[in-house]
Amino acid sequence: MSQTIVIDPVTRLEGHGKITLKTDDQGNVQEAFFHVTQVRGFEKFNEGRPFYEMPALMARICGICPVSHLVASAKACEAIMAVEIPHTAAQLRRIINLAQTIQSHALSFFYLSSPDLLLGMDADPAERNLFGVAKAKPELALAGVALRRFGQHIIELLGRKRIHPGWIIPGGVTEPLDAAKRDEILGMIPQAYGNVQYALAWYKKIAEKFKDEIENFANFPTMFLGLVNDDDSIEFTDGALRLIDATGNTVLDKVTADQFDHHFGEAVEPYTYMKFPYYKPLGYPGGSYRVGPLARLNIASKMGTPLAGKELVEFKQLAKGPVHGSFHYHHARLIEVLYGIEMIERILADPQILDPHVRATAGVNRLEGAGVAEAPRGTLMHHYKVDEYGKMVWANLVIATGQNNHAMNRGVLNAAQRFVKGSKLEQGMLNRVEAVIRTFDPCLSCSTHAFGQMPLSIELVAPSGEILDEVHR
Amino acid sequence: MSKLKLATVWLDGCSGCHMSFLDMDERLITLSNQFDLVFSPLVDFKTFPEGVDIALVEGAISSVEDEHKIHIIRERTKMLIAMGDCAITTNVPGMRNSFGAKAITDHAYFTTADLQQQVPAVGVPALIEKVRPVHEVVPVDLFLPGCPPSADTFYTVLSDLLAGRTPDIASLTRFGA
Ligand code: SF4
Repeated sequence: MSQTIVIDPVTRLEGHGKITLKTDDQGNVQEAFFHVTQVRGFEKFNEGRPFYEMPALMARICGICPVSHLVASAKACEAIMAVEIPHTAAQLRRIINLAQTIQSHALSFFYLSSPDLLLGMDADPAERNLFGVAKAKPELALAGVALRRFGQHIIELLGRKRIHPGWIIPGGVTEPLDAAKRDEILGMIPQAYGNVQYALAWYKKIAEKFKDEIENFANFPTMFLGLVNDDDSIEFTDGALRLIDATGNTVLDKVTADQFDHHFGEAVEPYTYMKFPYYKPLGYPGGSYRVGPLARLNIASKMGTPLAGKELVEFKQLAKGPVHGSFHYHHARLIEVLYGIEMIERILADPQILDPHVRATAGVNRLEGAGVAEAPRGTLMHHYKVDEYGKMVWANLVIATGQNNHAMNRGVLNAAQRFVKGSKLEQGMLNRVEAVIRTFDPCLSCSTHAFGQMPLSIELVAPSGEILDEVHR
Repeated sequence: MSKLKLATVWLDGCSGCHMSFLDMDERLITLSNQFDLVFSPLVDFKTFPEGVDIALVEGAISSVEDEHKIHIIRERTKMLIAMGDCAITTNVPGMRNSFGAKAITDHAYFTTADLQQQVPAVGVPALIEKVRPVHEVVPVDLFLPGCPPSADTFYTVLSDLLAGRTPDIASLTRFGA
């Protein structure tokens, strides 16, 4: 008789999801579904509002990566205005987007995943959280808190607010940087280096203990998409898109935001509110691809900064061609944090960064515009249409996490087949299935599903659909 | 004295209120000695337990699940705090109310999707027609405005509550803060 296993909610995620596993008569997992249980309507309820409100409104999609939405949205607005923003404004946006990547990666690595990495996948669930890490290894938890604070504080210094800063607007930013703030950021940098170097060294040491997980966590060939600079270095805010295939060959290059819809479509599945973007010529699901830290490191041939550059050389030795094991997302995230600190330091060294000219102005010069940026979790695309008065008439958003949707579902199935056997359910096995999702650091619309019920329920269902037995624990 | 039982919940919000809660940084780690986080996206408990002292609720009520959950939370919680503007006024999620739920799913799963167009309905909760603020569904004990309320606000409110004082919210934050 077959069983249905429900993990609900999937915890230590930025947002809430639910997993359903279906087993056959022998207790082997046959199917896995990762449900995202909320849809919020940002693509629709903007209609009728002025386009220049969009960055501040779209930021409210996500409290973890509002800056990426602000940047992608402002870029879409600038396409409508047909303006180029001042150089200094573009550089300031690069800084704030990197600061956000650092804080978000710190959240993912230290707050959400380090409990598994430090305490183990089978640890007591009551201790398996940041506070448990703070007790067991305070220096690790405090390094994470400090790195997250570093990113958030830079956002606050530039944008006046840590979450949803209104500073990024169509045309640039609202105020320039002053010398005092620049020096304050520069003053925080040495400590940030120390913390990320410590975390990298620690991660490389403990990674050996997770051979089985590295082997089995969403480890399969896919294509990868991300932004890259003209010189092949990694980029988060400007640059153009590149898609590579599973062997590392370039499929698409120098793709700009306005061409996104031409190359990529979105499919729908009945079991989740999150859509499934795919590369059109290969269809769905054959054209599924991954985005985010792993994708960016696979696509770029260099980081463009010395310390992270060295780390990338080492990282690329993990595989011949692109690195496919999703467990390595953790490692990639730390390398990107190191890169972010180096790049912020470099951009701030340019005296032009204090230039007071940080905003371009224009009205509606085109009726359509798209903008792309790298969010911490991957490529993010905003596409708007307006009427001649600048009133929004249509919007489409392709959110980073959606592009990993197919890989997450496949990954959950793989890990479930490896770690869950219906006859013998253990905490640690199910936590491993959740941990697969955590490697992707998905940013979901926030909603849990059906709680108040037992955390885990297993139903034994006869072929007729009759429930023969139920176990709750 | 046993430690205070604290819970934090996300309904239809952006998680920004939770992030601002985390923005207490080291102060959160220090404060955590005085409470047990018994339910939260940050910890691994899957059930909202009985006997919760304080629940911070982020987001508006927008699906049948949210409705179901908020009743359970209310029954099991002494002090329910509506955290942030979405919980208090519906804020951004409430902007869909002038369009209706069907317009939202039509746009997402038909207009802007090009394959297997359908409204997802397996294992996902249906949207309710109108997004509602938390206090329209269950009684709320304390309102904490802001989008999001600042980390300093959270710190003062939590410190006060842990010490048994009633925080003076008006002096700490405002709508849209
Ligand atoms: S009040 Fe603001 S920060 Fe809080 S959930 Fe709503 S949109 Fe996000």
